[in-house]
Amino acid sequence: MSVIGKYFIFLGTLFGKGEKLSVYWRRLMEECVGIGVSSIFIVAIVSTFIGAVSCIQTAYNLVSPIIPISTVALIVRDMEILELAPTITCIVLAGKVGSNIASELGTMRITEQIDALEVMGINSSSYLVLPKVVAAMLTFPMLVIFSAFLGILGGYLAGTLTGVITERDYLYGIRDSFVPYNIFFMCVKPFVFGFLIASISSFKGFFTSGGALEVGKASTQAVTNSCISILVADYLLAQLLL
Amino acid sequence: MIEINNISKAFNGKEVLKGISAQFQKGETNLIIGGSGTGKSVLLKCMIGLVKPDQGNVLYNGRDFYNCDKETQQSIRREMGVLFQGGALFDSKTVEENVRFPLDMLTSQSPEEKRERVAFCLQRVGLEQAAKRMPSEISGGMKKRVGIARAIVMNPAYLFCDEPNSGLDPLTSVKIDELIKEITEEYQITTIIITHDMNSVMEIGQNIMFLYQGDKLWEGVNTEITKTTVPELKEFLFSNKLLREMQE
Repeated sequence: MSVIGKYFIFLGTLFGKGEKLSVYWRRLMEECVGIGVSSIFIVAIVSTFIGAVSCIQTAYNLVSPIIPISTVALIVRDMEILELAPTITCIVLAGKVGSNIASELGTMRITEQIDALEVMGINSSSYLVLPKVVAAMLTFPMLVIFSAFLGILGGYLAGTLTGVITERDYLYGIRDSFVPYNIFFMCVKPFVFGFLIASISSFKGFFTSGGALEVGKASTQAVTNSCISILVADYLLAQLLL
Repeated sequence: MIEINNISKAFNGKEVLKGISAQFQKGETNLIIGGSGTGKSVLLKCMIGLVKPDQGNVLYNGRDFYNCDKETQQSIRREMGVLFQGGALFDSKTVEENVRFPLDMLTSQSPEEKRERVAFCLQRVGLEQAAKRMPSEISGGMKKRVGIARAIVMNPAYLFCDEPNSGLDPLTSVKIDELIKEITEEYQITTIIITHDMNSVMEIGQNIMFLYQGDKLWEGVNTEITKTTVPELKEFLFSNKLLREMQE
């Protein structure tokens, strides 16, 4: 409980005395590149293959003559939009971005770089962490939209190239019974997950003490705790919003 | 002038500092010496506001650092320059950006003014050629000098150095010591150096304080230190066999 309390106090310090807006704008742009742009490649690879595998496996399980083959595309679409793109992408990002944030801040802590900021009278948590949290909340939804698109495209490529579904059936399936609200739901999830991943990882890194071993531990804990929080939040959001 | 009064600090019930009081004069290099784990770094952290003492106060020209309003505390912080043990340079910034950082964050100077000030400080520590290099591309001694340049870029009234010679060869150590002394005298800064380097003690120790297990056991100047009768200080000074034989 004390750790949770410390986490909320830490979140409070992010909004304490801040620096000039121009400083935050520059930091935000740096973090958007570091967190968002640099994650495009891994998100693209993971999403395309997950979409492809979803299509092949769904087709393998749907062998009933009374279910139209276009249902495969419908299932791929809904799986991608409702779960795979937001949740799996964010779990991948928890590994990549979360460990990066925790190790960066942990190293800054043990090499006294954070102390140097504090001695200058700079609100170190606000200066270092707030731009990361905002950048994650801004870029994760974009990455998830990109991921959903590539996942559905991956399903299309795998399905049509292997002959399990025709192009016409796939295109029909992804438009069939489409619920626009699901897109909103898909965008809410990474917004929340981005906040959780960036803030939990920052918290773990910011309070690291010791040496390289502790930085490694903080990084591992950041990923583990972020993944658990994503799964819990995923369940709560599904209960609340669907 | 910096005055510390009755500073005490304990961690998990273990007393690290036991009521330390001292005065550090302007334009002098004040040394805090002692073995490892005697509380030197904790005392420095108490003075610069990184660790709040359990008891006592720290006065900067009469302004009580821990019992003043936030604006005063902020203005005191802006008068401080700190050289950390490892330099504490920001890895993602070049040498020039590291030195310019306090100006970017804390002043509204024009880019031209900042450029001139940074160039002057880098030239002062002899690193004008390294301006565009990253911290990972420079040596330990150069990192310390960049740390000094960053510490003096805001024209500090107080300069704190945490073991400025650690990890450096004897020749570079002497150069760093001389640089700190020159800057102290030139700009009339109150400088406090944490060290256990005996060369520094003998070369630049204008006012020396010896800490032992959180207590202040001795205070004086470098010319008197070898004549001490305090057994713990004698043991610290003459821990080297050769020096011990010379003393005998």
